[in-house]
Amino acid sequence: MRLRAEKRIDSPAWMTFMTTALSVLLALTAGGVFLYLQGVSPFAAYAAILKSAFGSGYDLSETAVKALPLAIVSLAVMLSFTMLVWNIGGEGQALVGALAAAAVVRYFPVGSKPAMLSMMALAAVFAGGFWAGIAGLLKAKWNVNEIITTLMLNYIAMRLLEYFVYGPWRDPSSLGFPMTKPFIAAARLPSLWGTRIHMGIYALFFLTAVMEILLWRTRFGYEIRVMGDNARAARYAGMDCMKKVVGVMFISGAIAGFAGMCEVSGLQGRLQSGFSAQYGYTAIIVAWLSHLRPSLSLIIAFLMGALLVGGEALQIGMGLPMASAQILQGLILFFVLGGEFFQNYRVRIDAG
Amino acid sequence: MKKSVLHVLFVFFVFFSFFAFSIAVNAAPIPVAEINPGYVYIGPVGDGGWTYMQDEGRRAVDAAFPGLKSTIVESVGEGPESVPVMERLIRQNKSKLIFAGSFGYMDYVEEVAKKYPDTIFMHVSGYKRADNVGTMFGRMYQPRYLSGLVAGKVTQSGNIGYVAAHPIPEVIRMINAFTLGVRKTNPGATVKVIWLFSWFDPGKEKEAAKALIDSGCDVLAMHADTGAVAQAAEEAKTYVIGYNNDMSQYAPTMHLTAPIWDWEKLFSPIVKQVADGTWKSEAIWWGMKEGAVDLAPFGPAVPEDVRKLVAAEKADIISGKQAVFTGPIKDQSGTVKIKQGETMSDDDIWSMGWFVEGVLGEVPK
Repeated sequence: MRLRAEKRIDSPAWMTFMTTALSVLLALTAGGVFLYLQGVSPFAAYAAILKSAFGSGYDLSETAVKALPLAIVSLAVMLSFTMLVWNIGGEGQALVGALAAAAVVRYFPVGSKPAMLSMMALAAVFAGGFWAGIAGLLKAKWNVNEIITTLMLNYIAMRLLEYFVYGPWRDPSSLGFPMTKPFIAAARLPSLWGTRIHMGIYALFFLTAVMEILLWRTRFGYEIRVMGDNARAARYAGMDCMKKVVGVMFISGAIAGFAGMCEVSGLQGRLQSGFSAQYGYTAIIVAWLSHLRPSLSLIIAFLMGALLVGGEALQIGMGLPMASAQILQGLILFFVLGGEFFQNYRVRIDAG
Repeated sequence: MKKSVLHVLFVFFVFFSFFAFSIAVNAAPIPVAEINPGYVYIGPVGDGGWTYMQDEGRRAVDAAFPGLKSTIVESVGEGPESVPVMERLIRQNKSKLIFAGSFGYMDYVEEVAKKYPDTIFMHVSGYKRADNVGTMFGRMYQPRYLSGLVAGKVTQSGNIGYVAAHPIPEVIRMINAFTLGVRKTNPGATVKVIWLFSWFDPGKEKEAAKALIDSGCDVLAMHADTGAVAQAAEEAKTYVIGYNNDMSQYAPTMHLTAPIWDWEKLFSPIVKQVADGTWKSEAIWWGMKEGAVDLAPFGPAVPEDVRKLVAAEKADIISGKQAVFTGPIKDQSGTVKIKQGETMSDDDIWSMGWFVEGVLGEVPK
């Protein structure tokens, strides 16, 4: 007997729904067994997660705060994934975006909020685009593997950040601690509705709409989808894949760079050592789970935010250690991603 | 006459209202069962070092105050993600007291404290205070200095290695105190520093330790959150001085000693003050006198004369007869920074950004 996986030609809608529902159910069951073995009631634990993610206006707002950078970075990587170009450097691109935004605040501070913020956004977008563009160019010119280059560029971005916060940008009044001066008021994205959700959320909705149109309603989107599906066919049709790679990587990095600016201007208000674009890698899972559909990624990012919030809830409400919370998160993602496999492949059992 | 009576009355009222106001600012006593202290940790409790020791302190405090119910959150990043953690401790767990266990939480503690004026925050190792925010730390440089005396006596080659987390004043003053100790017992010895740029990274810590051993160091000291350096030293049969806790379990034969924390001595009085309603915002910086920091028991390799020397110096530090940062102290270029007979002020020690003579390595500029 042999197991064989063959690709489904098309998966009907009911099948997609069923596999998703089933894999979520399996995920919760497996997680429940794990929680039970930890000596915690699974029902109480899931209730705690739900309550702390969606239980009140405050909880919803904090889930959204977690989801915001995830959603933006997932839009960024989604674009390149559609073309089967693996930009996994969202984290690093967001970092240089934040760096560029901080540089503008340091060297060209202006009092007007709209002017200051647009300058920061512009700088962040170009820096992020440039960072990813390097990998795009290397790929286009010499076919250098972009998975390696984007990943390595993440580390360079991290070291760059450290160089600046420990070195030339260090706040002299910080007693030597590694952080820049607090941003001037004009450089802070206003927060909304008395929560920590900032103006970046409008940009997110706008970007999502733009990406939805770009990917599914324009010639550009059509071309990169064809290139993703069948690069050879695209070449025969006269599409210039290599030129597109640079463009796609640039836009992808630009969006990630913008996410970095949102994080540093909306939440942190200064650059400090250990700054992270927050879940730059998790955003890759979000992009994948939303089947590379921009509009869907809004929902998936929000659910992922809830899962992340749940990790804290399990520690605070149920007294579980961090590791248990992370195992539970991992289990749930494992089953949900596993379900994806069965959507795309049919498993056959061959006798003999 | 009338005027002066009015004056007296006025002054009296001003005093009285001031007095009443200051009573209002001092929090009312809180029953122990309702304090629900929340502890925000930078690493996992299982790090075998920094967070492990904070949690040991928490356990001891819980045991000492029957009815006290504490909650911990591990591995909380030093960014905006720490904000909802503190808020949830307050909102869900009704925490009246939050201990934020690492430097990078500083701005976020400030932010949350503004929003929740009825909760008391104690920030470990920071310098920003508010009406409901105090700071706390230990004078770890005292046992660091003592451990330096040991290292100076034990080294044969005069090359001592130091695995250091971040180039920030806390770490720099420890390296300096250690080196002062080393050079007191071994004037020609040097201390070579490798930066990790991380508090918690066992892989990097071990690699740094190996690199130092390969470059000829025969005693290692370390400032990071885990026992990885001690493990590497044991494997290479190199003497090692731990940090945070007695790390002899990681290096049974090679462990000399370790400057260690006793967080209970820091946490416990705060819980007591909050319960009594006597807490007020201040900068706590306690040393060996208060028991907040100490030196771990000596390993088998430490000779008797060194033990005696350390005991004598320790007694002098506790009695206040001697301070670690007393001149003459030269910097790396040989310039005298602290003159003979002078002692550095707490502010200068707190913000130290330069290395003393004998340190090999540099503070990134």
